[in-house]
Formats: sequence, C-alpha cells, structure tokens
Amino acid sequence: MTVLRWTNIFKYAVLLALAVVFLSPVYVIIVTSLKPLEEVSLSTMWELPSGIDFSSYGRAFMELAPNVMNSFYLVIPATLLSALLGAMNGYVLSKWKFKGSELLFTLMLFGMFIPYQSILIPLIQFLRTIDLYNTIWGLILTHVVYGLPITTLMFRNFYASIPDTMIEAAKIDGAGFLGIFRRIMIPLSITGFVVVAIWQFTNIWNEFLFAVTITNSDSQPVMVALQNLSGSQIVEWNVQMAGALLAAMPTLLVYILLGKYFVRGLLAGSVKG
Amino acid sequence: MAGKTVRRRRITRDQWTAAAFLAPSLILIAVFVYGFISWTGYVSFSNWNTLTPDFSFAGLSNYLYLFSDFRFQADLRNTLFFTLFFIGMVIVLGMGTAILLDQKLKGESIFRNIFLFPMALSFVVTGVVWQWLLNPSTGFNQFLGVFGIQPRWYTDTNILAGFQWGAIEFGLPVAILAVVIAAVWQMTGFSLAMYLAGLRGIPEELREAARVDGASEGQVYRRVVIPMLMPITVSVVIIMAHISLKIFDLVYAMTGSGANFVTDVPGVYMFETTFRGNYYAQGAAIAIIMLVLVAVFIVPYLWYNRKGENR
Repeated sequence: MTVLRWTNIFKYAVLLALAVVFLSPVYVIIVTSLKPLEEVSLSTMWELPSGIDFSSYGRAFMELAPNVMNSFYLVIPATLLSALLGAMNGYVLSKWKFKGSELLFTLMLFGMFIPYQSILIPLIQFLRTIDLYNTIWGLILTHVVYGLPITTLMFRNFYASIPDTMIEAAKIDGAGFLGIFRRIMIPLSITGFVVVAIWQFTNIWNEFLFAVTITNSDSQPVMVALQNLSGSQIVEWNVQMAGALLAAMPTLLVYILLGKYFVRGLLAGSVKG
Repeated sequence: MAGKTVRRRRITRDQWTAAAFLAPSLILIAVFVYGFISWTGYVSFSNWNTLTPDFSFAGLSNYLYLFSDFRFQADLRNTLFFTLFFIGMVIVLGMGTAILLDQKLKGESIFRNIFLFPMALSFVVTGVVWQWLLNPSTGFNQFLGVFGIQPRWYTDTNILAGFQWGAIEFGLPVAILAVVIAAVWQMTGFSLAMYLAGLRGIPEELREAARVDGASEGQVYRRVVIPMLMPITVSVVIIMAHISLKIFDLVYAMTGSGANFVTDVPGVYMFETTFRGNYYAQGAAIAIIMLVLVAVFIVPYLWYNRKGENR
C-alpha cells in the first residue's frame, strides 16, 4: 500500500511540474498585460504588478477592435457554409456511395493536407480577377473551399454511424433523397454540426497565411493585426500581451465552454471512422 | 451490391439530386486544389521573377537556383531537425501524459484541460508569447540563471556537430529548438487527446491477462499497451509531420528567419520571396518542393486508409 502511494506521489509530481510549465505562458500573459508600461522590464517579467492596471487592454482594444470585427464577419459565414456543404457531401459519400466515390473522397481528403503555399499564387491571381482580393468575401470563399475536405470527412464519419436500416425503412415509407436528409440525417447530426462548427470556427479564427496574403489594411482579421502589433518597433509588450489575450479570447471561451466537442472534432478529423 | 444496381435504376431522380449535392464541392476541389497546384507547378518553370507576370519557359532554373542557395539549404536542414525533434517530443510527451492520466488519478480532467487548451490558440499567439519566454535576457533564463545556465535560445547561431555540406554548415541548429519548444507546447494536447482515446479503447481484460501472466506494470505497457497504440502513433506522426513541413505562422510570429537563417523554414522563405520580393517563380518552386515533401507522408497514408475502408 505504501509503495502504491509513493508511485502516486511521483505521478502527481510529474503532472504538476508539467502543468506549471504549460501554464507559465498564461501567467506571463496575464501578469504582464495588467502592468502599466513603467513596470514592464525584462528583469521583472515574473513579478506581480504593483496594482491592477487595465490601460494596456484599452490600448490593445483600440488597436484590434476593427480586426476582431473582421474576424467575426469572416468566421461566422465561412463556418456555416462549410458545415452545410460538408454535411451534404458527407451524406452522399456515406449513404449514397457509387462506383468511384471512395476514390473521389480520397482525392478530396488530399486537399486537407497540402501546404497552402502550393495554391497561394494562383488563388491570389484568381481572387484579383473576380475582384475579391483584399476582401472578407475573398477570405470566406477561400476558407469554405479549403475547409471542404475536413468538414466532409467529419460528417462522413458521423453519418457512417447512422444505421443503413434506418435509411432503408425511410425509403420504404416513400422518403426520397432530400426527405431523408432533411428529416433523418440533419436532426440526427445536431452534435455533428456543433463539433464541425467549433472546429471550423477555431481554425479559421486562428488562421494566418491566407489572412496575411489575401487581405491588407482594412479587411485584415485579428491574427494579422496581432502580428503587426508585436512586430512593430514599439516594444510595449504589456499591450502585446493584452492583445494576444484579446485575440485568443473567442476560441479560448469556446474551448472552456464546449471543450468536449472541441476534442471530439480533433479526434473526428484525425482518426478515420 | 446486385440489389443496389436494380434500385439505382428505379430512383434516378434521387441519384441526380445526390450528384447535385456533391458536384459543387467536387468542382471547387478540382479547381482550387488540383487546378491551382498545376498552375503553381507551371509558374515554377517560368521566368516570373518580377512584378509583372512573365510565363516564358525557364526550365529547371528556379529549382536549380534553390538547391544551390544558402538560404534554401539552411531551410531544408532546419526543417529536418525541426520535424525530428517536434514529432519525437510530441509523441513522448503526449503518450507519457496520456498514460499518467489514464491511471484514474484524482484531478485527471483538470490536468487534461491544462495540457489541451493551447490547441485552441493560434500559432501567432503562441509565437508572440514564447518570443518573450525564450528571450535570452528574460523569461525562463531568469530561473535558469540560478543553475548558471543561460541558453541563447532562438538567438543562438551555433550548429551542433556541424560540418560543411554544400553551401551551409550541416548539423543541429540550436536556435530551432526554441521554436520546437513552442510548437510542442501547442501541439502536445493533440497527441494526448488521441492517445487517451486510444488507451480507452484497449480493453482492461487484456492488461489484466498480462498481469496474470506475471508481467510487471512496466512490461504491461511496453509489451501490450504501447504496441496496441501503434496505429495512433502512425496517425500522430503523419499529422505532426505535415504540420511541421508546412509551418509558417509560428516561425514568422516568433523569430523570423534569424541570423544566418538559423530559424528560417521553407514556408517563411516562400512568403517573403513571393510577396515581399516578387520572385513568383521561385516562390512557386519552393511551394512545389514543400508539396512533394508533404505528399511523401500523406499519399501512402491516404492510400492505405482507403484500402482499409474497402475491406
């Protein structure tokens, strides 16, 4: 019994040490962002602020607020559209398989893994020709298209778990393709929609490469603005830290409130069902 | 199967609707993925290294330039070591914490959430924060000073075990390890979640049986559990490899190219040469090389999984 207890203490010690390391960035973000500029110095990074000062949040908010709005204008339509298209594809590819559908699905999945650098130059040329370069709609289109493989994969795996007998029964009752989708698949996949939406929301919010190459100035999403804030010559890193926390807040809140679904999305997107 | 063919003829209208459901996405993927990749390939063989497009044929010259270029050679070296250390640490830490958390300890969910939350963050946020934590004059060095060590982290220009190879000194660039630490902090949660799911799928009877056969707790893991987690490990390696081969935002936000390009990666080079320098053809060539590197991992994986589904 004592041996058991010792191994438990050891396990806790390892976990605690790791947890401290994992949380240290959070500590630095919070402590630094609450300091006034005079108190920010390299040698006192780990020290608590003398008082709580929200002025860096004010500054960061002034800088980032328009870009935060851009991110919301981008993320909400892009998430909804890619979830809807993913559900439609997933339905066909799981319940209406045809000769070659598996191959088409694999060809589609490949799009999820490509480095986006390999499509970036033509994409920008294309967006320029259709006048969507440097617009939120251009980014929405981009994220919907390149989100298709993952949303299709998630819904396909999700729908594969709905028994075929249910579909057969509905067919016997006279339901067609659309009826089955509307009255059986969609109601049964509300959780699926939540999982996919959370996944897409987080990914599109956090994305940087498309954001920095497709938009400049006024239409830039928040991550580009945050990078500009930290890349600028003024080293007010209390403002940088406050900005980082503000920019991360929406996805962090989603994780805190709906973490279970976030992890399900992670597993659904990586482990084939 | 035979029954299906008969039914298919009877309900053609549904078949048409199904095609209409799938067609828009298939067309988009065909154009935006395969069409655009081909176009990038075409650009990479052109002379378009100015602001105005020039599609005259340049043969392999962009590729030949890159493979003799100091910066690109450094990028390949950095990517190799980044990938090795990043994948290794993500697997060891992810599997280790998953096994610890699978022991039915109290507070398991608190620890799990602490290790998982960085997954919800952007690489840009990670970069901004770790840039300060691994700044040699502050951050973790304030604690390490107690032990008399002051690593220079991402500002270190040393190449460990280096020897001249091509234009560069080949060896482990110490600075890249700082980027690895930040990336591991962010991605460990991913492998942890996958390993936890894997562990929960291993029936307790199997471990019990091994114990009855006289295996120690360590042997149960070495001989039974870890081998059974092999498919998960394969998935983690593939996913982490493709993340590390195309990494851009973390490096760009945290360190940039670094002195002597010690923290440069192809993603950053491609971005800067294309969109800051207007060397489009060169940028396209970098992108194609990145795609080939990723495809080496991904194509066999997808192919294997597809075969698995047909069984």
